[in-house]
Amino acid sequence: MNAVPRDIHAQLSAVTRVFPGAGNQPPVDALGPIDLDLRKAEFFAVVGPSGCGKSTFLEVLAGLQRPTAGTVTFEGKPVSGEVAEGIGVVFQEDASFPWLTVWDNAAFGLRRSGVAEAEIRRRVDDALAFMGLKGFARAYPSQLSGGMRQRVCISRTLVLQPRLILLDEPFGALDAQTRLLMGDEVLRLWRSTGATVLLITHALDEAAMLADRVGAMSARPGRFIEIIDTGWPRERDSKIVAEPAFGEITGRLWDRLRGESLKALGHAGMTTTAAG
Amino acid sequence: MTRVGLIRLAVIVAMIGALELACQTGLIRHQTIIPPSEMATSLYALLASGAINADIERTLGIIVIVIAVSIVLGFALGLVIHALPRLREALDPLFATYYAVPIFIFYPVLIAIFGLSPIPIVLIGVATAVVAMIIATLNGLDRVPRVLTKVARVHRLDAVTTAMTLQLPAAAPYLFTGVKLSVSYGFIAVIAAEFILSPAGLGRDIADAYSDFNNRRMYALILFLLIIATVVNTVLHVLDVRWAERRAGGRT
Repeated sequence: MNAVPRDIHAQLSAVTRVFPGAGNQPPVDALGPIDLDLRKAEFFAVVGPSGCGKSTFLEVLAGLQRPTAGTVTFEGKPVSGEVAEGIGVVFQEDASFPWLTVWDNAAFGLRRSGVAEAEIRRRVDDALAFMGLKGFARAYPSQLSGGMRQRVCISRTLVLQPRLILLDEPFGALDAQTRLLMGDEVLRLWRSTGATVLLITHALDEAAMLADRVGAMSARPGRFIEIIDTGWPRERDSKIVAEPAFGEITGRLWDRLRGESLKALGHAGMTTTAAG
Repeated sequence: MTRVGLIRLAVIVAMIGALELACQTGLIRHQTIIPPSEMATSLYALLASGAINADIERTLGIIVIVIAVSIVLGFALGLVIHALPRLREALDPLFATYYAVPIFIFYPVLIAIFGLSPIPIVLIGVATAVVAMIIATLNGLDRVPRVLTKVARVHRLDAVTTAMTLQLPAAAPYLFTGVKLSVSYGFIAVIAAEFILSPAGLGRDIADAYSDFNNRRMYALILFLLIIATVVNTVLHVLDVRWAERRAGGRT
């Protein structure tokens, strides 16, 4: 294997993902080819039209799906079909466990990793305090709002001290104001942990506000058509939405993605016509 | 007790009261139904005498075995069938029509094979109850959110740990429905089988009392079974409500 530069945390080389067709249907080219170097401790966001393969991209990088072709590495080691130690994933769907309290939800992964009880207590208490859930430790997820439940899931990831955090549209189900505030929390988490963060989102403003770099993805099969450096300082929060540069970045992203979104819609239209 | 619970209790008390009144005034003949108060005193006398202890032990013992086997076997078969989609596709129509078939027609066959022992009763009981548990398990596993499987993989859990720590608790409300149905079917099947043909047991005892026109004994035994079934179902209901409250964070 070639030597990986020290500041490259994860790498995708010529990665594609093809899903076999159901019945007599032809195979579906979902992704790629994709080449991407994720730098250590950077915040990278991926935006693209619906159905372009953003979540497939995340799952291939996480090790939840095997690439059809190409290679994925994390910290220089190959990733294929298994989630490597050091990778944490937060999903769009509510993945909190309704039968466990907030505290036990957060402790779930640690308890299965053979970590000492005192260390579990310390890490879970710290994570819940960090995510503003200290007062809800004994509550059940059903007693919390959607945003708080998502924070529970982030806490469960956080306690494992992942070095690469993958966020698959974690705020997709939240209202606009809560999303802005959750964005601030994710930025705070990113700064304090020093982890590399990859965020999948359909919201251009969210990507432009949070990320150091934003990868704009084409319609299916998803490829990066442009990667934009936002140039934001590491110390930032949601107030940057008032900066003129913020408008420029979202405008540029939309320029690149408008055609792709139309393509995605046109493709859906053709499918509907053919089927119907 | 809740307002609804009080209304429920009042309805039951009113019905028992009406039956008592109808029996005491001669509206219902004593040869047909005895007053509930007489059923209670007769049951007390029977229990105090110890005359039905052996039958109680036998019948309740068989019921416990039937329920335990049905739940464990039903859950295990449900897990296997859920993991094999083609087998499930083949079996689904059978499950859908299973309770349309009178399973009791096989009871004489089982007696011919195993003789007049508890084995045919256990087998007919399990045959009646197990499918409810299989269906509940399949239903429960279907409803486990797919994201939990991904969470399990992110935490690098093996198949057994995933089943025990995520799938089982996530499917628990539906599994508990299967447990409740298995308990009900277990009671019905065992008592009915004893009633039809058995050398002993509460069902046999009721059938004998009926043949002997011994209404006091027959109604006392019926009352006893009603009390046992009600207590068991109430306990299950209370557990179900408590767990539902816990999952819903006290806001069911």
